[in-house]
Amino acid sequence: MSQAADNTVNKPKRWIYLVPLGISAGLVALFVIGLGLNPRLIPSPLIDKPAPAFSLPKLYKPDEVFRQTDLKGEVSLFNIWATWCPSCKQEHPVLTQIAKTNEVPIYGLYYKDDPALGVDWLKRYGDPYRANAVDVDGRVGIEWGAYGTPETFVIDQQGIIRHKHVGPMSWKDWQETLLPLIRKLREQGA
Amino acid sequence: MHKVVLLFFMMLFPQLIYAEIAGFPFESEQEEERFRELSAELRCLVCQNQSLADSNAALAQDLRTELYEQVLSGNSRDEIISFMTDRYGEFILYKPTFSSRTLLLWLTPFVLLIFAIAFLVRFSRKAGHSASTQITEDELEEVRGLLDEEDNKL
Repeated sequence: MSQAADNTVNKPKRWIYLVPLGISAGLVALFVIGLGLNPRLIPSPLIDKPAPAFSLPKLYKPDEVFRQTDLKGEVSLFNIWATWCPSCKQEHPVLTQIAKTNEVPIYGLYYKDDPALGVDWLKRYGDPYRANAVDVDGRVGIEWGAYGTPETFVIDQQGIIRHKHVGPMSWKDWQETLLPLIRKLREQGA
Repeated sequence: MHKVVLLFFMMLFPQLIYAEIAGFPFESEQEEERFRELSAELRCLVCQNQSLADSNAALAQDLRTELYEQVLSGNSRDEIISFMTDRYGEFILYKPTFSSRTLLLWLTPFVLLIFAIAFLVRFSRKAGHSASTQITEDELEEVRGLLDEEDNKL
């Protein structure tokens, strides 16, 4: 064993001391990114899949049946809501405003609520929906992967889900995300 | 006294008493076991740090009912899990499946462990090495020479 070999053993390379610093800097970066994410936004596996099948009574005309196939033919919004849901109330004016633009038909899934309350609510606050399906026991909500009302889906002409918005939709969300997507889908379909 | 003992054991094994199984009667133990197992493995999407078994959210109750009916109708574990993930995504699983997307998640701990072991081995070897080379054969010769000299002086 030579003297030179011993020297390298006793003097480890300086850069090795920077390794812990580098690792912690990397962790901090990950945490900063992680904190910025919204844990409520769970990616839906239903995107680019056909709208889940259902067959439910309509809110105003309980004798008539509303099926997922009724969504086909044009680009539409499918909104899951209930009167017990405060965020739905917050979102409601945006929906009525969207309805006024005549840009896109809005359909509703009236989720786990008393139909009478829904009728009252729409009378009082205005009715942006073309039709509502009444899902009293929430079974169809499960089929659609609903977990945080309100939820809004963009459905294309073929009845394929193209986008999901979880939570109350703002006018900004509508203008910046949903409307451009709807116009794009319409162009592609035409 | 019995109650105190019971309480003591309940506190020792809290996982045995979570049983949100009331209202879900089963005929066979396997079914009950499957229900219990899956409701603990599936995550409530509303209160995200609780399982379906723990959560009292309305959605968790609905999903428990769904789970119960599927267990009763004899659906397999895989069938039930794919029913849930088809609708709610991988997020509903506390234990994500092993796939290309979760590769990093699953492998990072093992990679880090290997690195750590490699570092440990390297550094401990170096430490052992330097200790053994503190006295080289040449140095030993020198010491022997000096000792002999001392002996000769006497």
